[in-house]
Amino acid sequence: MGRARGVPVLRLRPRSARLCRQQPGKCARKPRLRLRVPAPRAMALLQPSRLLGAATSRRACLAPAAARSSSWWSHVEMGPPDPILGVTEAFRRDTNTKKMNLGVGAYRDDNGKPYVLNCVRKAEAQIAAKKMDKEYLPIAGLAEFNKASAELALGETSEVIKNGRYVTVQSISGTGSLRIGANFLQRFFKSSHDVYLPKPSWGNHTPIFRDAGLQLQAYRYYDPKTCGFDFSGALDDISKIPEKSIILFHACAHNPTGVDPRPEQWKELASVVKKRNLFVFFDMAYQGFASGDINRDAWAVRHFIEQGINIVLSQSYAKNMGLYGERVGAFTVICSDAEEAKRVESQLKILIRPMYSNPPINGARIASTILNSPDLRKEWLGEVKGMADRIIGMRTQLVSNLKKEGSSYNWQHITDQIGMFCFTGLKPEQGS
Amino acid sequence: MIASDTSLNHEYLPILGLPDFRANASRIALGDDSPAIKEGRVGGVQCLGGTGALRIGAEFLRRWYNGNNNTTTPVYISSPSWENHNSVFTDAGFKDIRTYRYWDPAKRGLDLQGLLEDMEAAPEFSIFILHACAHNPTGTDPTQEQWKQIATVMKRRFLFPFFDSAYQGFASGCLDRDAWAVRYFVAQGFELFCAQSFSKNFGLYNERVGNLSVVGKDANNVQRVLSQMEKIARTTWSNPPSQGARIVATTLTSPLLFAEWKDNVKTMADRVLLMRSELRSRLEDLGTPGTWSHITDQIGMFSFTGLNPKQVDYMIKEKHIYLMASGRINMCGLTTKNLDYVASSIHEAVTKI
Repeated sequence: MGRARGVPVLRLRPRSARLCRQQPGKCARKPRLRLRVPAPRAMALLQPSRLLGAATSRRACLAPAAARSSSWWSHVEMGPPDPILGVTEAFRRDTNTKKMNLGVGAYRDDNGKPYVLNCVRKAEAQIAAKKMDKEYLPIAGLAEFNKASAELALGETSEVIKNGRYVTVQSISGTGSLRIGANFLQRFFKSSHDVYLPKPSWGNHTPIFRDAGLQLQAYRYYDPKTCGFDFSGALDDISKIPEKSIILFHACAHNPTGVDPRPEQWKELASVVKKRNLFVFFDMAYQGFASGDINRDAWAVRHFIEQGINIVLSQSYAKNMGLYGERVGAFTVICSDAEEAKRVESQLKILIRPMYSNPPINGARIASTILNSPDLRKEWLGEVKGMADRIIGMRTQLVSNLKKEGSSYNWQHITDQIGMFCFTGLKPEQGS
Repeated sequence: MIASDTSLNHEYLPILGLPDFRANASRIALGDDSPAIKEGRVGGVQCLGGTGALRIGAEFLRRWYNGNNNTTTPVYISSPSWENHNSVFTDAGFKDIRTYRYWDPAKRGLDLQGLLEDMEAAPEFSIFILHACAHNPTGTDPTQEQWKQIATVMKRRFLFPFFDSAYQGFASGCLDRDAWAVRYFVAQGFELFCAQSFSKNFGLYNERVGNLSVVGKDANNVQRVLSQMEKIARTTWSNPPSQGARIVATTLTSPLLFAEWKDNVKTMADRVLLMRSELRSRLEDLGTPGTWSHITDQIGMFSFTGLNPKQVDYMIKEKHIYLMASGRINMCGLTTKNLDYVASSIHEAVTKI
């Protein structure tokens, strides 16, 4: 919808207000606006030949000086603070000495401080010593990183890797990976534009898929009565999803509930998914970080692939390598064969080039160095286990402390859940 | 400095990026004494390179410019231009991408009359992508007088200026001179976007360092714009990479490093200027048919040599010199060691083909 300069733009309702396309001097249809001025002035504003006086947001079409005094952005709404990162902002503003931030998903050591992994510092030193140049990476990113990342997720002995029937591109951490995937599906997945997310899911999933032009649906996942997995509800919902729809699963350490299906439950989920011929999108942001064991955390992903389901997969190294701000991630498409993989890769590159041309190298070099050096890889696995163990230890201690404080409530879900997050079962009032 | 600072970690940057980087990057583009900065009506969004800045700007314009989600606003890109411009605005959702006349192949220079005519004829509120300096691929920039004419028409026609500044400092060797057009438009009261890349002038190519500078009517407008930019960044990359931005911010805020950087930039620009004059003089000495003054008239990394596709093919196949089908060469690829070979190859291509 266009907007000519004679039309006053006052307090647009988000998304619903529509402006008529106007030529100066004409008004084909009255715009549905919430006008905040008394009627006589409103009528005056709708006649573009009048010079406009008061300083509300509008444009005059015949008086350039007056037009220049108003802005193109008068109608732009103030966006709300990000629901997740907004908690950190509020935390930062709090002056109380006892404050603590249990909001954003970043690992902290026992002193509450960010933790830079030793293997990361070593990798950085090695890289710095090589004094490499800063030439552009290819659009698909650092090849050694891509290969190592796929092998980490799928397992080195995976038939997919052996047959080369996959493509992995480096991405801007998990978000960037999901975004590439969403855009790719919008462009090339013709069967459906419906994406089924677990209820609840990471807050950013919805806007990512929506911005890519896909529709969001949901399947039951979290059972607030048990603070656990609603297995029967999930199976029930998934069995009714229209065929060839897109379904997203969290590979491990579900965000935000911390509730993961058990292996036998994953098997049944895979079976239903196959029966319904659904397209599977795995989001794996916590491999290694959940149980401490990278193979165990990737079990669901590998099982689905073994069942003949050609998934797509997002990986993030923000948490498991502590590389948050370096933006390290990968997007993988499992294909029928290597030739298909090449075609898919070419299209992924065509999507990436107009987004940011090619990805940042620093984090990918660090991750690649770690994954591809036996010593550093071993050290990394130990550190990841250490982080996971500390979290599991905190869960155990929290439960026992709650009992000590005299709580008779059943807090078992705190230790049943896995990963960084815990759905406490607290209500919003209790949260404030 | 950054490597030895043990207090630094790899934590997330804010969604809009490193505050020091954003503020200083905008300051570099708009000038230390920019009235717009003083009036608090400038905002910056750290992005992944110049491409990322263009994309975030395009996504914002598609959502919020000239109505809500108006995909039909015409977007004008120079003919020729960097090929990725078209893809950026198409993928951002714009449906009506047009070209404006720019390069005159006959006179091997700017087609100012065609450019101004196209601007006069463009629908009001159209978006125009302007190269701030060192036009890619022609290396041909408007003069200051010509920029003034362009600004006059754009103001009268209510056209939106979206500057692409990928070569500030790199073109003439002087940061302020290369930013003249952007600053002139700001002084003329335009609201505009400027996509800045630090890939070339800082040599930080693979770190993906860019900034989208937003100049608005007042601070309140800019604040609301940035809040919506945040939402776009959040679904594209959540937050930008920290490494490159830290390098640029550290350099721009340290007087010693800043001076050293300006010197480095001038050195790079001077080498390119030297290669231009050396190539031209060799071609003239060889008596290569045609005029070669455009090689030194043009500015920046690229030169539109004027070679036709068949001649380009000859260069690639017979001489193993790789260049674009348009005849565009990257002057940076020339060195004192290969100048003679390139000149003689061009001579052969022009005389034989």
